[in-house]
Amino acid sequence: MIKIIIWTIAVVTVMGLVLALVLYLVAERFKVEEDPRIDLVEKAMPGANCGGCGFAGCRAFAESAVKAPNLDNHFCPVGGNDTMKNVAAILGYEVKAKAPEVAVVRCNGTCTARPRVNNYDGYPSCKVKAALYSGDTGCAFGCLGCGDCVAACQFGALSMDPETGLPVVDEEKCTGCGACSKACPKHIIELRPKGPRGMRVFVSCVNKDKGPVAKKACLNACIGCGICVKTCTHEAIVMENNIAYIDASKCKLCRECEAMCPTGAIHGVGFPKPLDKDAVKERIKKRKEAANE
Amino acid sequence: MSKHTFSIGGVHPHDSKISRECAIEKLPLAPTVYIQLSQHIGAPAKPVVAVGDKVKVGQVIAEPGGFVSAFIHSSVSGTVKSIAPRADLAGNPQMCIEITVEGDDWADGIDTSDTLITAIPEDNKAIIEKIRLGGVVGLGGATFPTHVKLSPPPGSKCDRVIINGCECEPYLTSDFRTLLEKGEQVVIGAAILKQVMGNVPCTIAIEENKPEAIAHINEVIGKLGYKGIDVMSMKMRYPQGGEKQLIDAVMHRQVGSGALPISVGAVVQNVATALAVYDAVQKNKPIVDNSVTVTGECFPHQANLLVRVGTPLRYIIDYLGGVPENAVKVISGGPMMGRAVANLDAATLKGTGALLFLTAEQTLRAPETNCIRCGKCADACPMGLEPFLLNRLAKADKLEDLEKNAVQDCIECGCCLYSCPAHIPLLDNIRMAKGAVLGAIRARAAAKK
Amino acid sequence: MSLMRDVVIALVPAVICSFVFYGWREILLMLVSVASCVCLEWAVTKYMLKQPSTIGDLSAVVTGILLGLNLPYSTPLWVVFIGAVVAICVAKLTFGGIGQNIWNPALAGRVFLLVSFPTYMTTWGAPQGVVDAVSGPTPLGAIQEGLMQGASVQDIMAEHGYSYASMLFANLGGSAGEVCALALLAGFVYLCVRKVIKPWITLSIFATVAVTALIFWGINPARFTDPLFNLLSGGLILGACFMATDYVTSPMSTWGGVVFGIGIGFLTMMIRYFGSYPEGVSFAILIMNSVVPLLNMWFKQKKFGRK
Repeated sequence: MIKIIIWTIAVVTVMGLVLALVLYLVAERFKVEEDPRIDLVEKAMPGANCGGCGFAGCRAFAESAVKAPNLDNHFCPVGGNDTMKNVAAILGYEVKAKAPEVAVVRCNGTCTARPRVNNYDGYPSCKVKAALYSGDTGCAFGCLGCGDCVAACQFGALSMDPETGLPVVDEEKCTGCGACSKACPKHIIELRPKGPRGMRVFVSCVNKDKGPVAKKACLNACIGCGICVKTCTHEAIVMENNIAYIDASKCKLCRECEAMCPTGAIHGVGFPKPLDKDAVKERIKKRKEAANE
Repeated sequence: MSKHTFSIGGVHPHDSKISRECAIEKLPLAPTVYIQLSQHIGAPAKPVVAVGDKVKVGQVIAEPGGFVSAFIHSSVSGTVKSIAPRADLAGNPQMCIEITVEGDDWADGIDTSDTLITAIPEDNKAIIEKIRLGGVVGLGGATFPTHVKLSPPPGSKCDRVIINGCECEPYLTSDFRTLLEKGEQVVIGAAILKQVMGNVPCTIAIEENKPEAIAHINEVIGKLGYKGIDVMSMKMRYPQGGEKQLIDAVMHRQVGSGALPISVGAVVQNVATALAVYDAVQKNKPIVDNSVTVTGECFPHQANLLVRVGTPLRYIIDYLGGVPENAVKVISGGPMMGRAVANLDAATLKGTGALLFLTAEQTLRAPETNCIRCGKCADACPMGLEPFLLNRLAKADKLEDLEKNAVQDCIECGCCLYSCPAHIPLLDNIRMAKGAVLGAIRARAAAKK
Repeated sequence: MSLMRDVVIALVPAVICSFVFYGWREILLMLVSVASCVCLEWAVTKYMLKQPSTIGDLSAVVTGILLGLNLPYSTPLWVVFIGAVVAICVAKLTFGGIGQNIWNPALAGRVFLLVSFPTYMTTWGAPQGVVDAVSGPTPLGAIQEGLMQGASVQDIMAEHGYSYASMLFANLGGSAGEVCALALLAGFVYLCVRKVIKPWITLSIFATVAVTALIFWGINPARFTDPLFNLLSGGLILGACFMATDYVTSPMSTWGGVVFGIGIGFLTMMIRYFGSYPEGVSFAILIMNSVVPLLNMWFKQKKFGRK
C-alpha cells in the first residue's frame, strides 16, 4: 500500500519535472523577439481595447507607438493625458496635452417637440431604420431613437431617456472614444472638447431643411435665421445649409448666442448658473449702443 | 398545374388577387402634380423648363442626366409652379417639378387615338431612339432605362426576349388587366422588342393563375399573325417574376453572380414596359401615365386606375373613399417587396404599380425568438443562399465571410423573412450586409484601376 | 411555435401506445418528465437568466416527451427529474437556450442516466400492463447476453420467441419508445406530410443500418443479427424519426443530412455488434451531433448561378 503511494508520488513528480523542462526548452526555442518596450507601454494603457485611438486594441496601439518616430498620431482618449504622459516617459517622446473630449448629442427633438407622423414597425436598429426611410417624425435628420449608440458604448455611458426619446450621455463615464459617434447613422453625436470645468456651448440640431420646414417638424429646430452668427463677437459660428455650427476652438463661452436664439436650439451645458437671457440681451444692447456712438 | 418554374427555392403565398375583376379606369386629373426628377436607375434628369413655363402633356420637361438616365415628360398640361425639393414616400427630400393643371392639351405629334398600329418600323436604331425619347424605363419596378437595356455592349448576343407577365406579387392585378384590355398593344410591343434584339424568339410568360390572360394573348398572337412569339404558362410561385428566376424558368439558364441577363442571352421586359414601347414607337406617346392597383381586404373600393405620373397619393386615395379605419399600413407595391409609405403627400412615379392597404393583424411584426436552425429560410431562398448564416454574420459584421457566402447575390425578395417560424428579421440585416459588401467590392475594383 | 406543436401531435400515438402497454405508472412517468422539463426551463429562464420565459415554444414539452419515451416505465421518479435537469439545464440552457445547443437534450439526459444509474435504466418491464418490474432484457439485450454465453443468434431468437410481427406490434420488453414501431412511424409520416421535417436523415439512417447489417449478417449469420431485426429493435425508429431530425442538432442541407444519417447508422451498428452496450442509437446520434457544424461547413446547398 505504502509502496504504491510512494511510487505514484515519485512518478508524477518526475513527469512534472520532465514536462516543465520540455515546456521551458520549447518556450525558449520558439520565442518571438519583441521590443520589451511594447509590453511596458501596453501595461501603461487602460486595457479597455475599445479602439477609440483608431488601433485594434491596446496592444496594437503599443506596437504602433514603439515603431513610430513620435506620438503625433497616437492618443488614448480613455486614458487621456495621464496615460499619454506615462507612455511618453517610457518611450522618451514628447507629448502635447490634448483637451479631453466628450460625446455630445446634437438633437433636441423630444417626443413633445417633434411629434411622430408614423409608427416604425421594423427592426429596432438605427442603421436599418435610416436605410429604410427618413424616420417616424417630420424631421429627416433627427435622432431615430433605436439606441445603436447605447449598444455601441462599451463604457455604459449612454442610455435612452424614455420621456424624450433621445440618448443621454453620462459625462463621468464617457471616455471620448467615439464609438457612439461612429454608430450613429445620422451623425448626430459629435465628439466635442469637454471645455474648461465641463462648460460648453453647441447647436443641438442637425436639420438642414429650410427654416419653416424644420420648424414645422420640430419646435426645437435650428431655423437657420442667422441671429447667432450676427451676435457672436468671436466669429465662432458658421451658417451652412440652413444650420448653425459652433466651432469649439473659437467659442469663448459667453452664451450670447444661446440667449438670442429664438428657438432655443443652442445649448449651454455645464455652467454653474442658469442663463439669465434678459441680462445677456441687455448687455448686448448696451454694447451695440456703445459701438454706435 | 404548369411545370415551368425556377429551380431553387421560392414560397407560395396566397395570391389574393381580389382586384382582378376591376377594369382599368382613368383617374380624373388632380389639381397639381409633382414630377420627381429621379424616377429611374441612373443619374437624375435635368430640368429644361423654368418656373412659369406653360407645358403640354407629353412635353419634355427634363433631359437625361447621363448615359444611364431617361427623359421625363409632363403628364399634364398647365403651368410650372416650382422646381423644389419635396418629401418622397420615405420622407426624404427629392427635387420635383410642380405643375398646376390647366385642361388636358397634348403636345404635337402624339397620336392619342385608339387606332391599333400594327406595322412595325424597320429601322432598329430609329426604334431605340424613339424609346429613348419616350422616356421609357422598366415598369416592373426597377425603372432601368429601356433604351440602355436594348443596347447591350458589343459582343453580347441575345437569344430570347422574355415579356414578364407573371405579376407574382400578391394583390397586384394591373399587369393582368393590361394583358386583358390592351393585349394587342402588348403583343405589338413584344414584336418590336423582338425585332430590335435581332428577330430572336419571344416568350410572353404569364402565371397560371391568369388563365383568361393566357387565352386572350394566344388569341391576339394568332389574330395579328406574328411569328416567333409564344405564351408560356408559369407555375404559380413567388418570385416567378424575378428577372433571374424567370430566365431560369423559361430558358433553363442561370445568370451568374454580378452578371447581367444579357450574359446568358436574355432580355426581360415587363408587360407594362412592352405597352410603353408600343406607345412610344407607334404612337409617339411618352410615358405620362401608368396603371396602379389600389387594393387590400380592408379597402372597400378595389380599383385599377390609370394614373398620370406625379399624382399625389392622397388624391388617389381620397378619390376612392379615403384611408380605411382599420388600415395601419399603406404599401407602394406588393406585400413582399413593396415599400411602406411614410408620407401620403408623396406623388406617384413611373414605377409605382400599386397601393396596398393592410390591417394590423396582417402586417404587424411578431416578437423575435431564437433561431432554431430549421432551415426553412434556406429552403425558400430562390438564390440558394443560407439566410440564417448570413443573418448571424451580418450581426457580427464579418464582411469577408459574408462575401464568401454570396450575400451580394441576394435579390431582397423577402422569401426568407416570410418563411421564418421564429419571426427573425432576416432581410433587414442581410440588406445592410449586402450594401456593405457591395461597397467593399466596388472599392476593391476601383483600387485595382 | 407551430413546428414544435406538430412534433407533439406526431408523438401522441406513441405516447398513447406506451400508456396502453405500461399502464398508470407510465402515465405518471410521462407527466413527471414533461412537467419537470417545462418547470425547469421556466424557472431558469425567468429567475437565473432574467429573460422572458421560452416555454411557449413547446420545445420543453417535446424534450419531456422524448425523455419519457426513452426510459423504462419503472424508473424512479426522482431519477426522471435528474434526467430532466441534465436535459434542460445542462444540455440546452447552458448553451444559450433553444437554437444554441449542440447535442440533443433528451438524448443527453438519457445517456447521463444510463451511465449514472445503470440498474434502473436496464430494468425493463414486460408490457401488457404488467406492473411488477420483471427484470427482463430487451431483444437486443437478450441477443448480447446470449452471444456472450456462446449461443447463436437463431437459437436466442427461438428461445425468446421473437418474431418480426411481434416486434412491429410491440409485445416485447423495452422502453416505452422502443415498443410500438407502428405508432412512431405514423408520427414520422405525419411530420413529413406537414413538411415539418424532410425524410432524408431518417431514410439515410434506415438504409445504412440495413446495408451494414446485411453485410455483416451475410458474412456470419450466427454471430450478427439480420437487417430487419436491427431496423425494428431498440430505439432506432424513435431515434431516427424524432431525435436525429431535431432541427437544432442536425445539418441544414440535404447532403449534409444524408452523411449525418450514414454516420449515425454505421456507428449504431458498430456499437450493437462490437460494443459492450446492447443499444447504440443514443451514442451514435450524440457523436454525430458533434460533427454537425463541420457538415454544415462542407455541405452547402447549391447557389444560383454558380458552379
